Amino acid sequence: MRQVTGLILLLVLVALLVWGVLPPIMRDFGYPPSDMDDYIIENAQEETGSNNVVAAVLFDYRALDTLGEATILFTAVMGVLLLLRTLKRKEESS
Amino acid sequence: MEYIPLNFPFLAAALLVGVSFYIIIFKKNLIKLIMGIAMLAAGVNLFLVSLGYRAGGTAPIYTDVPEGPMVLSVPQALTLTSIVINVAVLALMLTMVIHIYRHTGSLDSEKSRKMKG
Amino acid sequence: MLSKIVRTVANQLILFILIFGLYVIAHGHITPGGGFQGGAIIVSGVIMLLVAFSSKELKKSLRERVLSIMESTGALIFAALAFAGIGTVFFYNFLVGTPIFGRIPVPGPGPGDIWTGGVIPLMNFAVGLKVIAGLSAVVLAIALFSSGEEVEE
Repeated sequence: MRQVTGLILLLVLVALLVWGVLPPIMRDFGYPPSDMDDYIIENAQEETGSNNVVAAVLFDYRALDTLGEATILFTAVMGVLLLLRTLKRKEESS
Repeated sequence: MEYIPLNFPFLAAALLVGVSFYIIIFKKNLIKLIMGIAMLAAGVNLFLVSLGYRAGGTAPIYTDVPEGPMVLSVPQALTLTSIVINVAVLALMLTMVIHIYRHTGSLDSEKSRKMKG
Repeated sequence: MLSKIVRTVANQLILFILIFGLYVIAHGHITPGGGFQGGAIIVSGVIMLLVAFSSKELKKSLRERVLSIMESTGALIFAALAFAGIGTVFFYNFLVGTPIFGRIPVPGPGPGDIWTGGVIPLMNFAVGLKVIAGLSAVVLAIALFSSGEEVEE
């Protein structure tokens, strides 16, 4: 019973995803809305001096996102090291 | 520019997300569950990158590039951020699965649900 | 530990992988690449060493304490570069126009110039250091743990 209910809900979810991606809802592939990106692509060379626009977005226009991402990486690495170390100590004591 | 019918890359991303939801809901093995989460992240990344594609565009890097339109750059930068976060979170989840396997002796998610204290 | 042929080839190959990763990090502001990608390339070289030699051998030359200090150093350099531009706004690119990394390229397509980009190359180096140290520490810790070795902080 649970399996059948889950399958029906999953099919509804997939149908919603596919419906939302087809042309009347989603705009055509290859023609995105691009006001902000046009500004960034035109002015990135004068404002940041970088030829690589992706690096300019990553480290200048949206650098706060990169700071948060670095925080997440730091926290995950610390969590992995901490978990493995406590596991070793618990095995020694038991 | 040629017209790609039916928004094919978006459709591929939606089906990838659907398959990964099937894995997350119905599989009992924790390693398979983590594989499903990785596939979900891959589907979201594919959707973001294909959302930023501009027809006939080149990569947004000005070094020795032909003239013409450029692909949007903000979705690509955010996808790069998302990939690194996925790697970090995947490593953390695998470490927790090692903990669960040492504690309960199996990889079944039904058994690890009863773990208390 | 794998056979002698694999170990010799890995010993010769790690140099080229390190040079290619450092190239990708250092040219992150003019060609495709950057700190994350170059760091991932170097970590793949570390994983190759880990497969060729065992984790017990690699532990002698690659301490996890040193990797932890390297990662914190990368994060500190990144945050310090962010705070250095706080006279205008947080994460301001204060090096554009100055002699160091401050040239402004000719607008439009053209050949790249290595002395451009302001703080972007320095931040690429900081993030590359962070990614190298962090992912190497994770891979080394999991390998050491699964082979029954001692995991130090």
